[in-house]
Amino acid sequence: MRFLASRRRHPAAKVLLLLFALFVLGGAYSAFAPAERVSADDGNSQQIARGKALFAVGCASCHGLSGEGQTGSSIQGPPLIGVGAAAVDFQVSSGRMPMAKPEAQAPVKPNRYTEEEILALAAYVASLGPGPAIPSPADYDPSTVSEEDIARGGELFRTNCSACHNFEGAGGALPGGKYAPSLIGIDNKRLYEAMLTGPQQMPVFSDEVVRPEDKRAIIGYLNQLHERPIDGGLALGGLGPVSEGLWAWILGLGTLVFFAMWITAKGAKAK
Amino acid sequence: MTEDHSIEGDYERGEGDHRIGHGDHSIVSDHTAEITKLDEVHYPVPDPGHPEHLPRLTDVDVKAADRATRQVATFFGLVPVLAIAFAVVYFAMPGDMYFDFGPLRANARNLGLGVSFGLALLFIGMGAVQWGRTLMDDHEMVDYRHGAASADEDKQYLITELQKTADEAQLTRRKVIGRSLIGALATIFLPMLVGLADLGPWPTKKKRAETIEATIWKEGIRLVHDVTYEPIKATDIEIGQLVNAEPENLKDLEGTAFLVEKAKAAIIIVRMNPNTIKIPDSRKDWQVGGILCYSKICTHVGCPISLWEQQTHHLLCPCHQSTFDLSDSGIVVFGPAARALPQLPITTDADGYLVARSGFTVPTGPSFFERDSRHDFKRGDN
Repeated sequence: MRFLASRRRHPAAKVLLLLFALFVLGGAYSAFAPAERVSADDGNSQQIARGKALFAVGCASCHGLSGEGQTGSSIQGPPLIGVGAAAVDFQVSSGRMPMAKPEAQAPVKPNRYTEEEILALAAYVASLGPGPAIPSPADYDPSTVSEEDIARGGELFRTNCSACHNFEGAGGALPGGKYAPSLIGIDNKRLYEAMLTGPQQMPVFSDEVVRPEDKRAIIGYLNQLHERPIDGGLALGGLGPVSEGLWAWILGLGTLVFFAMWITAKGAKAK
Repeated sequence: MTEDHSIEGDYERGEGDHRIGHGDHSIVSDHTAEITKLDEVHYPVPDPGHPEHLPRLTDVDVKAADRATRQVATFFGLVPVLAIAFAVVYFAMPGDMYFDFGPLRANARNLGLGVSFGLALLFIGMGAVQWGRTLMDDHEMVDYRHGAASADEDKQYLITELQKTADEAQLTRRKVIGRSLIGALATIFLPMLVGLADLGPWPTKKKRAETIEATIWKEGIRLVHDVTYEPIKATDIEIGQLVNAEPENLKDLEGTAFLVEKAKAAIIIVRMNPNTIKIPDSRKDWQVGGILCYSKICTHVGCPISLWEQQTHHLLCPCHQSTFDLSDSGIVVFGPAARALPQLPITTDADGYLVARSGFTVPTGPSFFERDSRHDFKRGDN
């Protein structure tokens, strides 16, 4: 250790360290990458058959036995032909699907499926019709996005997303009990899949229209936005004038009322 | 200035006479009986008068008064401590230190400066209030209301003074000075009045048609992405897709012209299943396979709207909840907007990119009194 510590300021130390880091990274990638390549759409018939069995149990009551959807009966589910593997991964891994009961919007809840089961389901739904595949880390990892692109991502976010998700991604209300969920702390992959597939009331922002590099810029912007220190103290959820006004009225004016009462109250009298 | 209220005197005759709106107290005290009688008619509920004046605990108890003194002095005494704390925080606290406590994550220096200075101000105020409440003299005073007019002698005095000044300035002898001065003062406002023309042109019908009712959309202008300005291929748009877009010629503009035109020309492009939405005969060729294009500017007060629900096809304005049905020519289904969202007729060019067939057929943006929108598209039109 002494040998290393005494040479840590050597001119070659930085270069060697960088090479070492690259080697470790490359080695780790080659060791783990194939394992992550459990692909949903490589035509593995066994996987599709398993997915079909899972679909019949968990999904078919609303979406129909072969994903054709039901819109006529009281239990409704949209057709899943052509929604693609990405939609299945988004909906099931976030616990939105299967829904517990019909309601305005499927809420996020604990996911009961294993990753392998989700991939099987995704493979089956992907086999019903062509749709977007589950994105790979190269698609959604924003670590390579430049500062300039992050600024552009902010512009894209405010143009395309802020109408529903709020200018800080804090989410917002929609009519009829629906809502745009908060984007704070959401996994990069899930953000990408949501843009790609347009779940529930959200419009689609496909790769042809909002290109993968634009999506990465948006994800990079959101990450930076939510990681930055809040110098002003309480951000109040980033909801803007509503939450700030609420505190100003209740705490600020409430305190002033208390002081007004104290100033005018009659103090202790002699008898 | 002529009213010098001796407290006791006013207090004694304070029964009811404050209802009389003029300031001459002698009249009131001469006719107290008469007024009491009048009161029975006008004010059937007897005047409860003033409550008994009791001394405060601090007036009679020396210990209580000492305690109050200590409280006031403590409030005031904390102020220098906080002021020094402010200076210490200012110079000694590193700017990148953070105070982390549950939801509160604040820059330690900002928080320190704010808390020390804020508390110092608060303690000055609290000390003063406590001092006033417990220790300052506690006699009760009555101040009577008076008529708003000045006394006649004051008025007369003012008039003679003014007259004297006018005479001394020779205004009465050389009247032309006064008149020309009035003329000068009256016309000095003219330049300011003329400057109001900068607020914009007079909105004649012709002017409106050239400005707020016109956009830079015209036949053959490509629809491009907002932000990236990339043209949009019709085949790239899926069902359920929403695109925030602008006219391609917007990027030629700069500065004010850019903002003015963007505010009117911004659009949203959506694709819905053409078999499940209502497309009137008159608008059959305004769309490309279910790709429809609408103004992004709400017709109520002009907020940009892109809050579109993919499944209901409703477009909601976050400002006042106006809701437009984009699957039915953009008619208003809820909220204060009074006219349908203008639709832009679109088609594709030779390369398959979306282009405008023409400009908007009705003005975009907020509605205004001068324009009759009753002939805009309504539910059931064809």
